Amino acid sequence: MSKIGTDEIQRMAKLARIGLSADEAAQMSVQLGQILEFVEQLNSVDVTNTAPTDQVTGLVDVWREDEIRPSMDRSRLLAGAPAQQDGYIVVKRVLNG
Amino acid sequence: MVDLKTPIQELVAGVKTGQLTAVELVEAGLAKIKETSDYHTILEINSSALDDARSVDARVKAGEDLPLAGIPFIAKDNFLTRGTHTTAASRILEPFEAPYEGQVIKLLRAAGAILLAKSNLDAFAHGSSTENSDFGPSKNPSDPTRVPGGSSGGSAASVALGQACFATGTDTGSSVRLPASFCGVVGMMPSYGLVSRNGVIAMGSSFDTIGAMTNSVGDMALVMDTMAGPDPADATTVNRRPTYLLPKAAPSMKGLKFGLIKEYLAEGTDPDVRRIVMDAVEELKKAGASVEEVSIPLVGLALAAYYILVPAEVSSNLARYDGVRYGHSSPAATNLEETYRLSREEGFGAEAKRRIIIGTYVLSSGYYDAYYKRAQKVRTRLIDEFKSVFSKYDLLLGPVAPTPAFKIGDRAKDPVQMYLSDVCTVAVNLVGSCGISVPAGLAQGLPVGLQIIGPQQGEDQLLRAAAAAEALLGDKVAI
Repeated sequence: MSKIGTDEIQRMAKLARIGLSADEAAQMSVQLGQILEFVEQLNSVDVTNTAPTDQVTGLVDVWREDEIRPSMDRSRLLAGAPAQQDGYIVVKRVLNG
Repeated sequence: MVDLKTPIQELVAGVKTGQLTAVELVEAGLAKIKETSDYHTILEINSSALDDARSVDARVKAGEDLPLAGIPFIAKDNFLTRGTHTTAASRILEPFEAPYEGQVIKLLRAAGAILLAKSNLDAFAHGSSTENSDFGPSKNPSDPTRVPGGSSGGSAASVALGQACFATGTDTGSSVRLPASFCGVVGMMPSYGLVSRNGVIAMGSSFDTIGAMTNSVGDMALVMDTMAGPDPADATTVNRRPTYLLPKAAPSMKGLKFGLIKEYLAEGTDPDVRRIVMDAVEELKKAGASVEEVSIPLVGLALAAYYILVPAEVSSNLARYDGVRYGHSSPAATNLEETYRLSREEGFGAEAKRRIIIGTYVLSSGYYDAYYKRAQKVRTRLIDEFKSVFSKYDLLLGPVAPTPAFKIGDRAKDPVQMYLSDVCTVAVNLVGSCGISVPAGLAQGLPVGLQIIGPQQGEDQLLRAAAAAEALLGDKVAI
């Protein structure tokens, strides 16, 4: 059975920028193990000379004219931001002082 | 009060001839929503629905020819709509009001349809029961102790309850067809790319399809005809057929060649579901169709491939919810890194977190080839198997799910058990085909749908076959 320890779960959480409590990580370690065990069955298929599928439409290079168009109203786009100032979105400091 | 389960074309004719008004139809929908609020199908009512109805009545009076004149509809709450919130049933989007409206909503409004409300779903469409909604589950209209299916469970239940004439849904692995089967309505997912994803909250971008739930196949044809078509804002959209409307003469089963997918009736299928599907097969044969058992060996692996590929796409799509530009932002954060980490920890529910972690894992260095790339290759093999089957058969048949609606709480604790609800549906999304659930019978009072699957861009044939099946099976589903 595939085992993923809580330290590995927390490493993934760090990569995904998401906080997980110790309880959540412990529960996920068990559930992820079950899920990875479930998907093991894919190893039964020989895919040696098979190309991977990224998309199903077969469309290639869909272009449009490079033309100037009106953009969406700025204040409308900013309206959902938790904090804004002078038409910019305000974020918390990047480095701790 | 007008019955919103009346065929849409009759209601539209009533509005056009002045026997009915859009306002009356909207009032009927709002009254029904109020009367059946215990089913928790709705997250928010569109407060301008009556104003919108008045303006449609004015457009009709001015002589505009509107194919959906005055028809009230409900949008799954992962469709961006102006004038309401759009939450995807997740806390992280609880305060979110979309700055623009999705293409499908624009097309429906332009055709004279009226947005009545936003419906409940599994948060971010992750689930098969609506139990993953951060705002509580919806209930099955046939038995309120059971789930309506998911993720578009609020939409399916709302149509079954007569709260609106139709509802929009999204189907990434089962999310339109499964709740349609559980609630006894018609639910269709078109082929990937037929309906624009612009303005619909992304889940698995190479799988997401935009579908609908209706009370009849005729209604579905009308709704699809309005929604389908290329959109410059979604570069994956494909060309449409001139029409998806059904011909005036009742469609016939004669000459149609169906393949019944053997693997979908394997061990573990509920005996009532099996009986209902096999009875439907007999009816189709009696009406002149040919039905043969067909094996698609890799469909048994579709779910495993799906639960690698979709979480991978989910983890990437959900990266945008960062507490910076919109949605929940943690007040406890003291720097930018904490804004990301805490906003996401507080805002996402258990299933979204689970999928983000799985997706990050299968995409991470060292596991990418073993999981993600292998699953993409299995997807290719599955596409080849479907192509080969569709060279022999016009359409495929099977159940939508191995069971009828299950009890609320029964599968909520075990993710793999919940994922197995989708075992008969995910392959269609992996290969980009189209599918529909048509009510086919009752299992101890619970609705069960027959799944019909068509080849890519085979919607016109799929709809005609579904209409013929509906006519044959109609008396088996009367409650």
